[in-house]
Amino acid sequence: MARKDLLDFTRDKMQLVFVIIMPIFMMIMTGFIFPTENSLKDIPLGIANQDTGQISATMVQALTQMKTSDGSHIFSVKTYTDVNSLKDAIKAQKINGGVYIANDFSQMIQQNEQASATIIPDQSNPQISQILTQLLQQVISGTSTGIAQTKVGEMLRLSGTANPQLTQLDPAAIISPVQSATDNLIPGKPNYFQFVAPGIMALIVMMSVMTGLAVSVSKEREAGTLDGLLIAPVSRLSIILGKAFSQTVRGMAQGLIVLLLAIVIFGVHVYGNWLIMIVLMFLGVFAFMGIGILVSALASAQESAMTIMMTFQFPMMFLSGTFFPIQQMPKVMQYISKVIPLTYEGTALRKVIILGAGFSSVWTEVLILFVFGAVMLAVAVPTFRRVITK
Amino acid sequence: MENIIEVKNLVKDFNGFKAVNDISFYVKKGEVFGFLGPNGAGKSTTIRMLTTLTRPTSGQATVAGHDIVNEPANVREHIGLVAEKLILYDRLTAMENLMFFGSLYHLPKKETKDRAMKWLKILEMEKWAHKLAGTFSTGMKQRVNIARALLTEPEVMFLDEPTLGLDPQTSRSIRDFIKDLHAHSVTVILTTHIMPEADELSDNIAIIDHGKIISIDTPAGLKASIKKDNATLEDVFLQLTGRNMRDDATVHIPSARGHMFGGKSRIR
Repeated sequence: MARKDLLDFTRDKMQLVFVIIMPIFMMIMTGFIFPTENSLKDIPLGIANQDTGQISATMVQALTQMKTSDGSHIFSVKTYTDVNSLKDAIKAQKINGGVYIANDFSQMIQQNEQASATIIPDQSNPQISQILTQLLQQVISGTSTGIAQTKVGEMLRLSGTANPQLTQLDPAAIISPVQSATDNLIPGKPNYFQFVAPGIMALIVMMSVMTGLAVSVSKEREAGTLDGLLIAPVSRLSIILGKAFSQTVRGMAQGLIVLLLAIVIFGVHVYGNWLIMIVLMFLGVFAFMGIGILVSALASAQESAMTIMMTFQFPMMFLSGTFFPIQQMPKVMQYISKVIPLTYEGTALRKVIILGAGFSSVWTEVLILFVFGAVMLAVAVPTFRRVITK
Repeated sequence: MENIIEVKNLVKDFNGFKAVNDISFYVKKGEVFGFLGPNGAGKSTTIRMLTTLTRPTSGQATVAGHDIVNEPANVREHIGLVAEKLILYDRLTAMENLMFFGSLYHLPKKETKDRAMKWLKILEMEKWAHKLAGTFSTGMKQRVNIARALLTEPEVMFLDEPTLGLDPQTSRSIRDFIKDLHAHSVTVILTTHIMPEADELSDNIAIIDHGKIISIDTPAGLKASIKKDNATLEDVFLQLTGRNMRDDATVHIPSARGHMFGGKSRIR
């Protein structure tokens, strides 16, 4: 049974190709739609520097030279004369943001007054402008700190004649007495692919099992071949289990393809134990099998099976935290996402793949998936046996 | 001779629509039993019940001595089905199809292979054994489909419009084939809309309409029953079931939906 289904599946070359292409598409799209600092490069940035002093020149230099971790320039800087031409360029979408430095910038600093540099974000593109603003603030505050250190150093030197103890002090310690440090669980910076890959794995496993099962049964029903299976002296249970088995193989294979692609093309690294990961994928298949069987029993035609599946899968896809972190969602949706089994599959895989978690950290998810799968199967198998013979 | 099929007060109710309404009949071992009736008369539903694909609402029936409701597994071991829809996988070769269905009947691999080869040879399909079934013409598919049904050497063969949509050559060879089965004392339940076909092949014919059997007799007996010289079976059929064309009741029967959308008109 299972062998026949797999053979049938591999004979459709077109479908086979798309099974492999689909996850690649998904990864590429999601990976680039949601940019991270690493994925951004050559963002058009406008600078209108009316100041002639050394300090502003250094700052512009710093922005121009700013590089991503892989060595490409973050900004592609264009020069403008004043604020208005900057704003016009943003409106024309020639640049994604601007920095305006007034002509009294250096002078103010020299006179020990507060100088200001203005950041003009492109509000039509919140994602980019948020990152851009953050980067610009970093550069500006870096420049600011540098100046402050020189000035404080100068002050300390001057007041040192009256109070020699002061000369021992480090200006940096006065300006920023608290330094933040990060201690990562895994080395390096996680990129968005790293976040999204486990989710997509979970999603693909779910889709292929649920849709695959429902479609394979309803396709046979439509073609009439299901009758051929039903009049054979094999039990309904073994028919559905055979189908379930072939879909399991397919689901696992697709999940592994996604993982392989993630590793080879997108540089995702698996920090956890492969065995735990495979067990989790298998559990994901198990959890969704019941729904697949249920839909295949109830949907009379292939088309209605697909429609029912889409209705289930679409909200699941977005609410399960596959593409967006659950914490970013409104409260109501967070509650909904808590009852979606895909959430647990995705979370568990993410824990294992990104954080290198062991079994002890994912056992709640494992338990939830197992119970969900068992309950669904307990409902679905008798339903299938009853419904299939009208 | 013993009865291989016994049907008693069989009823199938689809949400208030009685597709089969209290029918009783029996079929003797080794005979070809013609089952005629207009579209939507209840032929297919009866066959689906006898092949354990549909559960009757009430009544009993036994096939090869086993109750269709209580012992469906035993019934399935003795029957073969060639339905309106081909039971073949397009993406498997003829041989792979036969091997797969053989495995469902727990036949040993070697045995299945030998039998498959034998039937493909008889049906003149051995050249195509290793070609995908999807590439075959309707007639070729139907021949493989028949090989599939015969693979398990069933005692009772249900043939639901086996010559539907086939060219005269293939229809002829299938009719010869049914005679051949008859000669090997396989019981055949045959439904068809082609009256000469039923006349030529059947030992007994049941005419069913509106879910009820309105007549059972030998072809000769049926023809003698109406007052017309040189009456044909078609005359009998039209006289008994009337000349009005039928609204297809297939809406009520999911298995028959294919006809409505399949584009094949079954009014001849």
